[in-house]
Amino acid sequence: MSLRPPVSEKDHIQGNPNASIELVQYGDYQCPYCWKAYPIVKRLQASLGDNLKFIFRNFPLTKVHPHAKIASLASEAAALQHKYWEMHDMLYEQHKDLRYEAILSYAIGLGLDLDLFEKDIKSSVLEEKVDGDFLGGLRSGVNATPTFFINGEKYTESWEENNLLDHLWTSNLV
Amino acid sequence: MLQKGTSAPNFSLLSTPDQKLSLSELRGKKVILAFYPADWSPVCGDQLVLYNETLTYFQKHNAILIGISVDGIWCHIAFRKDRNLHFPLLSDFEPKGDVSKLYEVYDPEVGESKRALYVIDEEGIIQWSHLSPVGINPGADGILDALDALAESKKLPHLN
Repeated sequence: MSLRPPVSEKDHIQGNPNASIELVQYGDYQCPYCWKAYPIVKRLQASLGDNLKFIFRNFPLTKVHPHAKIASLASEAAALQHKYWEMHDMLYEQHKDLRYEAILSYAIGLGLDLDLFEKDIKSSVLEEKVDGDFLGGLRSGVNATPTFFINGEKYTESWEENNLLDHLWTSNLV
Repeated sequence: MLQKGTSAPNFSLLSTPDQKLSLSELRGKKVILAFYPADWSPVCGDQLVLYNETLTYFQKHNAILIGISVDGIWCHIAFRKDRNLHFPLLSDFEPKGDVSKLYEVYDPEVGESKRALYVIDEEGIIQWSHLSPVGINPGADGILDALDALAESKKLPHLN
């Protein structure tokens, strides 16, 4: 099953843009499995270095995770102040408290302009971005979080422990 | 499974302890039937939780989603509440599995419905179906593709 839409300049991309491996994660900031995947992705990035380009897309399951969408919106609002990955990391590291007040304190901690951040977090443009990520995930066959795509193809094996890392190192992509 | 183009057999099953829902009541809307093995089992949970988030996209296609399993109605009530599900779960409980059998998705060895999807159009005709391995969450992409294809095919006569 393949990724639709493919990665573009609308995405948040971390790492070497010309890397041979493009790893896309669909994730939810309030999902315990994504909490587990967060350090695994960090290890992958450290291990693969310039061989890896990492992209994160929002897939908030709002009916079971009531804070997931506001967290996604917060990451997008931080992106408008060029602090996307800083907020992304903060939300995963502080996942135990994703209430709105807590998120505002994280924004302050990252030195964001709070008035602007609060205005952006409520904007329909960012809501459409998050909803667009979600719909794209649905159309690409995301059925749970986290779901990974490697160079556009859905990865259906285990991502836990060293499985994804081993898969990538042995995939002939490096 | 029943073939595309066949008329979807009517049924009437409990959706609450004192209320039945019949397929025939839903004529004029597209209907997505999601047969699944059991409330509470992990894959069903993920699948139905996912569909719960997808309802707005189904609604844009004038489609309503219905879950069906052999669980009793009180089990469905507890499960719906726990997962905050916003669509009906019908109880194919007595006679057990009758509707699942009618739709050729009953597994007599385990006594549960298989994990199967049907998309039925506004006239009650089956337009798409999918049988998933029991442990695999089929996601929503197949349903959305089928709804898109229906919308496209409905457009064609107006183009002439």
